[in-house]
Amino acid sequence: MFHVKHRRPKIAVVGGGHAGVEAASAAARAGADVTLVTLRRDTIGAMSCNPAIGGLGKGHLVREVDALGGIMGEAADAGGIQFRLLNRRKGPAVQGPRAQMDRQLYRAAVQQAISEQENLQVVEDQVVDLVVLNGRLAGLRLERAGDLACDAAILTTGTFLNGVMHIGERQIPGGRVGESPSVPLAHRLYGMSLPMGRLKTGTPPRLDGRTINWSVLETQPGDPEPVMLSFLSNTPKARQISCAITHTNAQTHDIVRENLDKSAMYSGNISGVGPRYCPSIEDKIARFADKDSHQIFLEPEGLESDLVYPNGISTSLPEDVQERYVRSIAGLEQAEIVQAGYAIEYDYVDPRALDSTLQLQALNGLWLAGQINGTTGYEEAAAQGCIAGINAVLTVRGDPPLILSRTEAYIGVMIDDLTARGVSEPYRMFTSRAEFRLQLRADNADQRLTPAALALGIASRRRAQAFESKLAHLEEGRRILSESVVSNKDAINAGINLAADGPHRSGAELLSIAGVSAERILVAIPALGDLAPEIVTQLAREGVYANYLDRQDREAERLRKDEATPIPNDLDLDRVHGLSSELKEKLRGNRPGNLAQATKIEGMTPAGLNAILLAMRSRKKTGTDG
Amino acid sequence: MELHLHGSRAVVRAVLDLLATFAGARPALAGEFTRRALENDRMDLTQVEGLADLIEAETELQRQQAQRVLSGELSLRVQDWRRRLIEAGALIEATLDFADEEVPVDVLPDVLGHIDAGISALTRELEGYGVSERIRDGFEVAILGAPNAGKSTLLNAIARRQVALTSEIAGTTRDVIEVRTDLSGLPVTFLDTAGLRDTADPLEAAGIDLARARALEADLRVVLTQRDDAPLPIELREGDIVKRGKSDIGEGDVSGLTGQGIDQLVNEIAGILRNRTASSSVAIRERHANAMRNSLSHLANARAAIDARSDDALIALHLRDATVALETMIGRVDIEDLLGDIFSRFCIGK
Repeated sequence: MFHVKHRRPKIAVVGGGHAGVEAASAAARAGADVTLVTLRRDTIGAMSCNPAIGGLGKGHLVREVDALGGIMGEAADAGGIQFRLLNRRKGPAVQGPRAQMDRQLYRAAVQQAISEQENLQVVEDQVVDLVVLNGRLAGLRLERAGDLACDAAILTTGTFLNGVMHIGERQIPGGRVGESPSVPLAHRLYGMSLPMGRLKTGTPPRLDGRTINWSVLETQPGDPEPVMLSFLSNTPKARQISCAITHTNAQTHDIVRENLDKSAMYSGNISGVGPRYCPSIEDKIARFADKDSHQIFLEPEGLESDLVYPNGISTSLPEDVQERYVRSIAGLEQAEIVQAGYAIEYDYVDPRALDSTLQLQALNGLWLAGQINGTTGYEEAAAQGCIAGINAVLTVRGDPPLILSRTEAYIGVMIDDLTARGVSEPYRMFTSRAEFRLQLRADNADQRLTPAALALGIASRRRAQAFESKLAHLEEGRRILSESVVSNKDAINAGINLAADGPHRSGAELLSIAGVSAERILVAIPALGDLAPEIVTQLAREGVYANYLDRQDREAERLRKDEATPIPNDLDLDRVHGLSSELKEKLRGNRPGNLAQATKIEGMTPAGLNAILLAMRSRKKTGTDG
Repeated sequence: MELHLHGSRAVVRAVLDLLATFAGARPALAGEFTRRALENDRMDLTQVEGLADLIEAETELQRQQAQRVLSGELSLRVQDWRRRLIEAGALIEATLDFADEEVPVDVLPDVLGHIDAGISALTRELEGYGVSERIRDGFEVAILGAPNAGKSTLLNAIARRQVALTSEIAGTTRDVIEVRTDLSGLPVTFLDTAGLRDTADPLEAAGIDLARARALEADLRVVLTQRDDAPLPIELREGDIVKRGKSDIGEGDVSGLTGQGIDQLVNEIAGILRNRTASSSVAIRERHANAMRNSLSHLANARAAIDARSDDALIALHLRDATVALETMIGRVDIEDLLGDIFSRFCIGK
């Protein structure tokens, strides 16, 4: 292995999107000398798709990146112009903070974070090739500046691999409007014979807000008490605005249906697989023919911008058809399209070719993060960038990597899903992917991850202080809850729904009763009133699932044990008795790194697992396979 | 390759000896081919269990039951229940993960429908498990009565051989004597028991206690009386067959000695038991019943959570647990199944 103990590791990050900036920031915070290579400095932190950060599952990821000291949460709070906590009426486990962004403000906040970060420099250049020495990455070849030596590099190049944009029958090579793809670097990656797949995604046409008849549309304001994305923010910084909602109608559907054959997706021009959860308007109308209307959110792209992002009508129809169907929609009768919607098709590297730190197994020293790994979404990209950046530094130093378990973070769930199972459509986070959803909440991401960030020295002093103060107050609150004794009568008087007769209860027991809120517990136990309201709220959230945590803890323990049981890379699967040939085939394709991953291989049976365990055990004893 | 041989032991032995000289040849171990079928996904676990029962089957009904399981009927049923639970889980998850999309807001009525259907299907199947267990292990029919009522003679007549010692002396039978029979395809074990009376003999008293204990557990009881007005030595329960014995020496329904009424009695017993087998389950192992009981209790929790207006994430957790419990019978559950159901059902995505 290649260890740098005596000087700062040199890390190069390619790409200035959401994965790239988090990777660069994390690596610099972890103590590396970082060079971020991007085509244009001013596109750092650009949002190429919808102008929003967070959401269900995604809000969890933002909070986790934030808890690790990342920049997305604070940048989003600086750029947020409408904040909504999704699932507010449902339980805390599934609540996700989300905010509409002013693109300019968000980008500016990201660029400021990057420029303020010590040991991080930005270079405007194009990477044309990798420099490989003795089988490991030794540097990047830049078009203008020549060779850039580094101990590790992180590629966060999004959709640049063989990217093709489709507008109707027109095809334009490139990863984003106005940017040319980096062909030589792509050749280098293809030359490594990595497993690849092809995906597609789409964008809607962007509208000129001045041509929208807002007065006839239903508006959607933000929450009266906005919930921030970062643990370090208190209130929005920018002026707050509302979005508007409109709907497609029968006429819209007729126009789309009549022109389906002109859509790139339906004419057979596109071979990539698109996400099921983000269908184009063509898909919606073709696949859900019985629905006569679909909702569209009109999201302003900024306070000073006239651009509006109509969320819900992504398309690859020709421009003239786009204009006709847009103008069939209420409020958009006069709308001007500023930039046509398009579908984009791109290659991704099968993430099963990566290890759990996102390092490419085929080339030591090269990490991949973001859309290039088959994911979609700013938040998914940022989370991968953060993990890749930290681990590139740890690995170069020869320190143990930071691998988050499925039991402690959505990030752990995502990276495990990616590296163990691969993707069949652009991978997006959902809360239902997390088996331990009750524990892995957006509200306690700091409690779960900030200790690790502090231990690694990647969180700021300000974050350390805020976190330690929160912990101390929570501890104080838990003490009050467990020491207080509330009579049944007092509990009922506090508005807690209980049978007329009942025992005295501790505050902790009261909180675990369904429907007992922070307000009620404050009435029942006035001593809690000395704590900050958000601390009491946090205690109430913990109480909701208290009765289930023991059981989930036991299951989590079992899973952690499986995760910690590595399957040796050189275990000869052919010689494991009792595995079907089909299963052996799948195991070869999805080489599981540990027992937990092996259990999730499609078709894996308890008997098959036993066979693998047995083979590992007998190998330990005799030193041979089989 | 398949060898057809003349059947003599010497020929078979000589061929086996010859085969044994080839390198790598060895006799298959017991169950080895089945194991391979399991490992290569040609059979699932329940089918292997069905096959094991088929090999053990002694009566026609046992054969039929094992055959149903071997043909995959249990797996099919589990898959059907599983599909329902996945659908219920998907409805809940859709409202959790896609709250800002156009998914139905109030899915609970549909979820409740699935849960209740699951609860009733599993309850029915578990009730039937008692019967299928009987088909597998045999029904027990206890012959009860006062001493010297002719119970042992009746047992011998049913068994068509001398299995119980008979004599004129009341209290001859002390232990419980069991006879396994094939009653028109039904496996039935008849129990001959000590005559029920008050006695000072501690050995006989112990036999009578045993008789009463077994009588309580028996699937069906034949109570033999001697005189119609004589008080019955045991409290009758619904379904008991009461017959007046020793018809050879007076008025009566059956006589073990002459065989009078025996066929009718046997047909009556077979008829009653056969009726019960109509509700038999395709669950044939305690393992299956346990998985169903587990699933049922998680479903009950899910229902309770809905009734208590608990957090939807908790309802989802119980549903997932219920599905996993079922899965232990055949395979595994996967988040992709849930997501697949959501995406095929609702138009998700802005």
